[in-house]
Amino acid sequence: MTNLFNIGDLVRVGDALPPGHIRTPMFLRGCNGTIIKHFGSFPNPERLAYGLNGLPKINLYQVLFKMDEAWDGKGDYADGDTITADIYETWLEAI
Amino acid sequence: MNSHTTDHEHEHDHTVFQKDIPEPKEDWEFLEIAIRELLIEKNVLSAREIQDEIEAWEKKNPEKGAEIIARSWVDDDFKNRLLNDGNKAVAELGFTVESLKLVALENTDELHHMVVCTLCSCYPRTLLGVPPLWYKSREYRSRAVREPRAVLREFGTTIPDSVEIRVVDSTADCRYLVIPKRPANTEKMSEAELVKLITRDSMIGTAEALDQDGQRS
Repeated sequence: MTNLFNIGDLVRVGDALPPGHIRTPMFLRGCNGTIIKHFGSFPNPERLAYGLNGLPKINLYQVLFKMDEAWDGKGDYADGDTITADIYETWLEAI
Repeated sequence: MNSHTTDHEHEHDHTVFQKDIPEPKEDWEFLEIAIRELLIEKNVLSAREIQDEIEAWEKKNPEKGAEIIARSWVDDDFKNRLLNDGNKAVAELGFTVESLKLVALENTDELHHMVVCTLCSCYPRTLLGVPPLWYKSREYRSRAVREPRAVLREFGTTIPDSVEIRVVDSTADCRYLVIPKRPANTEKMSEAELVKLITRDSMIGTAEALDQDGQRS
């Protein structure tokens, strides 16, 4: 499996609403973030959930977001605070 | 408490039932009961096996996690190995985290990690035991990512605004273990003494480790 992104790459999370078992949190869909880690590749959970083997494996990344990206100031956080989530490559596009 | 009188000879064993199961109300609770009863009826599992498994999980506690953290505090090389490859490093201490990737997060003077699973309740159970009820609550899961500082204040944890709070949402195949900051004035303490300062919450990131006297800092 080729690694699609490098550490430091800017990415946007897809903002689609497909049905089924999705492990991309709703509050991060459409948000811009930065790749901070590549965890390797794993069976696709959206297929595993339905009894399929989830192959081919897909890359999993830790993506870092500024709090404002998700909440636009409507939360209780400081300027420098961040969120990370583990997101599969199929949900990420380069920006 | 057992209401059984104790003025007769006890020859039989009392089954210990899980105390915290309320009456089922929600659809998914009835579904769980139906599946459990079917598994028993079809001889896939026995009621005793299910209960034994629940009890085995309930006996697990955060001690293993604390041993790992204490080692990382006294041994920088181990800490680096833990940060580079969590599964491999904890295997040195005889612990396994099967089929999941263990990721350690180091808290520093500039960065404070706090772990949540907004989608469900992912948690490094093999090292920390069963997660606390609040970790699985909708309230913690929704608020931790949006108002982490308010949540931390409710835990009695104050992190200065100059320190970045990084909320780590455990959404996939990784399990996160926070390495809390080593408290001041603990240089002379043994690894076994340090273990006592490392609480479950400090490894989730909702608290810091206890201070050198074992008190909340």
